[in-house]
Amino acid sequence: MDENSSARLKRRLLGVVYRIGLFLAMLTICLPGLWIVISSLRPAVEIMAKPPVWIPQEISFDAYVAMFSGIGKGGIPVIEYFRNSLIISVTSTVIAVAIGMAGGYAFARYRFRGKSSVFLSLMLTRTVPGIALSLPLFFLYVRLGIIDTHFGLILAYVALNVPFTIWLIDGFFRQVPKDLAEAAQIDGCTRWQAFWQVEFPLAGPGIASAAIFAFLTCWNEFALASQLTRSVSAKTLPVGLLDYTAEFTIDWRGMCALAVVMIIPALTLTYVVQKHLVGGLTSGAVKG
Amino acid sequence: MATVTLTKLTKRYGNIGIVHGIDLDIADREFIALVGPSGCGKSTTLRMIAGLEEISAGSIEIGGRVVNDLPPRSRNISMVFQSYALYPHMTVRENLGFSLKIAGAAKEDMDRRVAEASAILGLDTLLDRRPSQLSGGQRQRVAMGRAIVRDPDVFLFDEPLSNLDAKLRTQMRTEIKKLHAKVQSTVIYVTHDQVEAMTLADRIVIMRDGHIEQVGTPDEVFRQPATRFVAGFIGSPPMNLHEATIDDGQMVFASGEKLPLPAQFKTNVATGDKVVFGLRPDDIYPTGHGISSGGAADVHQIELPITVTEPLGNETLVFVEFNGTDWVSRMLNPRPLRPGERVAMSLDMSQAHLFATETGKTLRS
Repeated sequence: MDENSSARLKRRLLGVVYRIGLFLAMLTICLPGLWIVISSLRPAVEIMAKPPVWIPQEISFDAYVAMFSGIGKGGIPVIEYFRNSLIISVTSTVIAVAIGMAGGYAFARYRFRGKSSVFLSLMLTRTVPGIALSLPLFFLYVRLGIIDTHFGLILAYVALNVPFTIWLIDGFFRQVPKDLAEAAQIDGCTRWQAFWQVEFPLAGPGIASAAIFAFLTCWNEFALASQLTRSVSAKTLPVGLLDYTAEFTIDWRGMCALAVVMIIPALTLTYVVQKHLVGGLTSGAVKG
Repeated sequence: MATVTLTKLTKRYGNIGIVHGIDLDIADREFIALVGPSGCGKSTTLRMIAGLEEISAGSIEIGGRVVNDLPPRSRNISMVFQSYALYPHMTVRENLGFSLKIAGAAKEDMDRRVAEASAILGLDTLLDRRPSQLSGGQRQRVAMGRAIVRDPDVFLFDEPLSNLDAKLRTQMRTEIKKLHAKVQSTVIYVTHDQVEAMTLADRIVIMRDGHIEQVGTPDEVFRQPATRFVAGFIGSPPMNLHEATIDDGQMVFASGEKLPLPAQFKTNVATGDKVVFGLRPDDIYPTGHGISSGGAADVHQIELPITVTEPLGNETLVFVEFNGTDWVSRMLNPRPLRPGERVAMSLDMSQAHLFATETGKTLRS
């Protein structure tokens, strides 16, 4: 075998090894999700079986039917929880992104006293685990009378997300050359118009990704929500999962079914938005 | 169309002065080049005229109207950036028409003016492309087109050619010159490239450390540099400059070598004066191979050793050793020369320059 054909063979073998490696990695990532979907469709006996049953013997949508059947028939107020989750997540995302845009723009474009220390302290807030704040927040909210309200949770989530959105959006505004806003001002724009006509569209993909992250954080958050909400009027979907636990039993199938219901909107949103996250949109703006 | 007047224009960042009170009058339809090394304040001056940089003191008038505190959009100027600064999310057509859209122009008017500008610059076939699909030269043209469409009082160019390769730069230089002939606007053009300044401008403003060293036509700044800095900055290869002391009608150099004092400076200096002697490469040449061979008024002959030669085809740059350093000389109708060879050189002293060592100012009366 000459050198060339052995090199070719080696390249092909390496290609196969890469693919197997990728498959294993993807499997590890996807298996828990897949397991939840499967578990939501099969009887509890199979879920608890040891050794695990890999291929379900029978498939049924009973858990999904039961979920929507109303209280007393194994149902939970899933529509209410969904509505709460949606209101809280969307509102807090919109607010966090608006603040993040203003903050990120300021950090990217302006020089001011104490800039780096302000930025650092914003980032430091991320080091505090949310659960550590839940008890102080609980007492505070009780005193303020905003416990178990949409407003209370929105407030907590905005505070949670703002440092992150500022940090992310700052990075994206930095990538938009300063010259473009100046060119727009010379072309007749006010500072405000230059921002909306030129800088915002270019940082758009970055802002969208910040929004996705913020939304998913709110949508999936459990620790704070479980402390700060208790009634159907404010509980979010992750907290709703607890409805499947009784004193002595846990309805794993129902829990998995609700988890699937939770995942679907998040997955759809991410899928829809990520198509618009076109990288390298600023290429061609400056230099050659 | 407008005049531009800068009066005591100053820019400071905290305690650091960038531009130190410069005065400049620019006539209507004039092409002015601001030239100087990096950090001389030329770009800052341009940005102050554009309104992108606040002024610390002084005033700027465009068309007789003081614009000191007006935002860029109210100054009726347009600017071509070094980086082109095209809007990447818009097509060439949208880029060109952006200023008209912002101004709320009618669709037909917008189409017409975009068509006019693209015809001038040959962009007709590129109108639906995005900047990322264009070459460097095309982007440069779009940037100029965007400036033309506005029909501004003053065009500002901030080193527009410095991102292009040498060939394209020469080509675009010609296009800018043609463009100026066509649109007949006042142009302020910033560059660090003295060749660009010389070829394009009606008048050149040479800046250094936030001060204006000299304002003049290309011919004036080349033939009558006001300072040693201008003499060294304008011209390629640069003027040969050597410090000397005047001693009884002669210039004595550090190495002990002597040259006669050029006749035109005889009354301007006295024995003991410290001066800088300057002679352009064109005015030193192996005898019989110069521009002014035969016709020069005050030629001094000297024999010097050759260190290096750089043949350029129609001419050769000959480096000869004088006063411990290399002198560049330009040899026309070149003949082969070997390094180490001693050749008779002609120095056209009627073209020589003298500057005061201390102030750097010319000693020409």
